[in-house]
Amino acid sequence: MPKGVLVDVSRCIGCRSCQVACKSWNDLPATPTSFNNNWDNPPDLTATNWTRVGYHLIEKEGQLKWRFVKTQCMHCEYPACEAACFTHSFVKTKEGAVIYKPTELNQDYCVGCRYCMIACPFSVPKFEWDKSFPFVRKCRFCYDRLKEGDKPACVTVCPTGALQFGEKEEILAEAHQRIDSNPNYIKHVYGEKEYGGTSWMYISDVPFEELGFKTNVSEKPIPLYSWNILKWTPWIFVGWGAILTALYTYNKRRAEVHHEEEMYAPVQDEE
Amino acid sequence: MNYKIWRFGKWTFRLTSTRYVLMALVAIMVVAAIFRFVLGLGAVTNLSDEWPWGLWIGFDLLCGIALAGGGFSTALIVHVLHKEKYAPIVRAALVTSMLGYIIALVSLLFDIGRWHNCWRPFFYWGYHSVLFEVFWCIALYTLIQVLEFGDIFFERVKSRPLKGILEKIMPVLMIVGIILPTLHQSSLGSLFVVAVDKLNPLWWSMIIPFFFVWSAFFLGPAMVTFEGSLAARAYGRQPETEVYQSLVKVTMWMMIVYLIVKIIDLNTRGVFSLAFNGSFESNMFLLEMIGGIIIPIIMYAIPSIRKSQQGVAVASFLVVAGVVFNRANVNFTGMAQAVGGSYFPSIWEWLITLGFWSFLVLAYCFIAENFGILPKEEHGASHAAGAQKSIAG
Repeated sequence: MPKGVLVDVSRCIGCRSCQVACKSWNDLPATPTSFNNNWDNPPDLTATNWTRVGYHLIEKEGQLKWRFVKTQCMHCEYPACEAACFTHSFVKTKEGAVIYKPTELNQDYCVGCRYCMIACPFSVPKFEWDKSFPFVRKCRFCYDRLKEGDKPACVTVCPTGALQFGEKEEILAEAHQRIDSNPNYIKHVYGEKEYGGTSWMYISDVPFEELGFKTNVSEKPIPLYSWNILKWTPWIFVGWGAILTALYTYNKRRAEVHHEEEMYAPVQDEE
Repeated sequence: MNYKIWRFGKWTFRLTSTRYVLMALVAIMVVAAIFRFVLGLGAVTNLSDEWPWGLWIGFDLLCGIALAGGGFSTALIVHVLHKEKYAPIVRAALVTSMLGYIIALVSLLFDIGRWHNCWRPFFYWGYHSVLFEVFWCIALYTLIQVLEFGDIFFERVKSRPLKGILEKIMPVLMIVGIILPTLHQSSLGSLFVVAVDKLNPLWWSMIIPFFFVWSAFFLGPAMVTFEGSLAARAYGRQPETEVYQSLVKVTMWMMIVYLIVKIIDLNTRGVFSLAFNGSFESNMFLLEMIGGIIIPIIMYAIPSIRKSQQGVAVASFLVVAGVVFNRANVNFTGMAQAVGGSYFPSIWEWLITLGFWSFLVLAYCFIAENFGILPKEEHGASHAAGAQKSIAG
């Protein structure tokens, strides 16, 4: 049932159709082009740019080569944003999409604390800084399309098959089949194990660290880190409370009575 | 007497030139606040997608709460362990702590984008979030401190029944009022556990909650000393040096434990060498550990320094500055490399922060002059001298 997308970096030609499709399906305003020191346009994910293609000029076998990497929300199996949110404004749906409930389900509990932005290991959630009452925005895996059994908008327009949508398990099997059958591929499926696995996965013929991926990251889901600490809370509450109560009653019996009202006084005015 | 006194009913408030400046800063803050609430965060702050948390969280919230640690550590020492000799400072510590928490809550309200939803977390429970614990504990503990202050308030505003109720529930308030800050001081640290691979390993650790709660606790006596010394100067009173020099021994021993655990933790995770690789992060880390931990330990350990008012005040100031520096390092220095971009607070962010802390000073002075929070002076005429130059006078 959960869906996934395989991004084959070796097949991407950097046409940015996916960027355009995302804008048009999700009704996002265009970002005016600005000058920057590389070929990416737009240069970053923002509240209105939910996907972008990064351009990487790299050296391979003595030759300069272009590689293009589409980035968007990875749709983690165990989303850090969901665990970080104290109003439960993110949820991983059964289709595999990680969605933001205030805009997707009209459940407006988000207070705008931006802890999700601190927590996300891929720095995906973005904030509507220019609004008076900003929402957090990010790729929604075209959740409306997904529910109807349709592909995300970006996948439908990809002209080279660099993006492949399907059942997550089948997609993962396909990824392994490709990297095993062709020696050009790096023997790693990015997103299979990173932070407990993600719904979007990447394969590449160039080492991932050269393409701006965060590599050597934890394979443990981020929510587990905080849960391993939070689960002690009730015990600390009860245990520490018991210790304090015991100390309090024991010491009170020994303590002499004193009159607080006579110990303290307001600072007097100099008159 | 070189100031006017503002009287309303039985309340008084001294009007000195310093206080006019502080009041002006509060007024500017109110204006800036209107801009912030109407126009949104982007218009008045330099926050960005790279730096979602800035001055208000990194300083006003994290440091405000840490500095308020004096409330729960002195409550534990005086009311639970019954070390009565420290009683003279316990009320001032409570008041500072309460004001610190109120400022933290207000700065949080300023910082959240969808502030009209600020009540929602009470009803929609994301209990798997560290922030959930932080939010509930801070909100409840602020309420408890207000009730604890009620006990002092009703000494002046006579209300037998209310004071009676408060006195009855005081032991419960006292104990819950120690458990809650223990929980959330530590979970303010746990907030950063999710930033694994983002926060520099010199600060990221699975036991960062221990470092936060431990440092908030040992900060308590130092903060009380520092703030008590300031108040003594301001009001031309005799500082409680005898109490301070004895109380800070708690801080000294706890800092020694902190230092040892820190070294063991860095070694266990195999990142000890990062502290000496000459990078910006390593230098900031060393500055924090040497200036904020090691030097104060040495100063406290030497009796002639600890027993002199100046020595104990300077060492305590270093401890306070060290903890503030630690929180800033966690929120800014340690994150800088992973998130990229740059952040420096805008003039509005500074003005609002300045306004908050000016309000804290004014509120403290008002309370000290109208309620019994400082120990009764035995020889009442000794306070003419220092009154002009200091923050309160």
